[in-house]
Amino acid sequence: MGKKNTKSQKSRPRRNPRALNGRGNPKVTGILPVALENATKALRGIVHAGKEYICVMRLHAPVSEEKLRKVCEEFQGPIYQRPPLKSSVKRVVRIRTVYYIDILEISGKDVLMRVGCQAGTYIRKLCHDIGEVLGVGAHMQELRRTRSGPFKEDETLVTLHDLKDAYDTWIEEGDEKPLRKVILPVEAAVAHLPKIVIRDSAVDAICHGADLAAPGVLRLETGIKRNSLVAIMTQKGELVALGEAKMTSKQILEADKGIVAKTVRVIMDRGTYPKMWSS
Amino acid sequence: MGDKRILPADVKREVLIKAEEPTNPEYGCPPNARPIEKYIQLGVINLDKPPGPTSHEVVAWVKRILKVKKAGHGGTLEP
Repeated sequence: MGKKNTKSQKSRPRRNPRALNGRGNPKVTGILPVALENATKALRGIVHAGKEYICVMRLHAPVSEEKLRKVCEEFQGPIYQRPPLKSSVKRVVRIRTVYYIDILEISGKDVLMRVGCQAGTYIRKLCHDIGEVLGVGAHMQELRRTRSGPFKEDETLVTLHDLKDAYDTWIEEGDEKPLRKVILPVEAAVAHLPKIVIRDSAVDAICHGADLAAPGVLRLETGIKRNSLVAIMTQKGELVALGEAKMTSKQILEADKGIVAKTVRVIMDRGTYPKMWSS
Repeated sequence: MGDKRILPADVKREVLIKAEEPTNPEYGCPPNARPIEKYIQLGVINLDKPPGPTSHEVVAWVKRILKVKKAGHGGTLEP
């Protein structure tokens, strides 16, 4: 590949040639949910979901544990954050919520911590800002994502090698079992969203882009707020679409008519369920 | 402030029943019973990103390994 000669590269020399155009970080590992083909339509639920990281923050000078814990405590809750230079979004100050910071271990100037935060929170920046408030400076030394919405470090976590092995087993031996283990159904990507289960007769209309009306609803989960993302499901547990709720859980339960959720992304193919509506 | 701080994804939810009716077994099928081709078309992977490549590169590898046309990730790992 030829060397790209962009302005940003000229003005900012990089130690790592792979970190071109501000994307990616070689020291970063962990959970990267990947969706295939039609399942990519369900990604919206993951992109905006909370994340959890384990990171090593290196302080530029020692500080007392008491002070460190106090400052980390202050960074929990809503914080202002300007995206770092090396980022893919517009660099304007925005508010992000840090749900928790747990200090796991302190070893000299290295602090191992677990951070739960809203999507779009920069941990690199968080470390830098904590360093500023501490008065000694700090930077992010290492990062591992341990959660992304419903995805965790559990038995479903696989490597690229696992994928390759499972695919080869299927192609060469006709055994699809390993592939069914490394790939999860798209429904796994909405496990964290509140669900609305609908009648068979309502499914195809949703697949054609119609909004969900109250009579189509059979069951729903608590915690639905107006404008929150919901997963519209069949009784067989299939994801039909992602919707934007137009009522709260309580209102949906009591409604006889009206739009319950606006259909924002259809995942199920049309014609999977019979057409039972007239146009 | 003694309550355990959690991700919004971990909020406990209860199921509310509005109406009941059976589902016709002739249409659709439970996610794990999908034929393998369909299962892949509607598949997601809880992938452990190795150090080195960018999120974008990792997705390109997944596409190549599984021979799928389209794939996407759920948010870059610290851009």
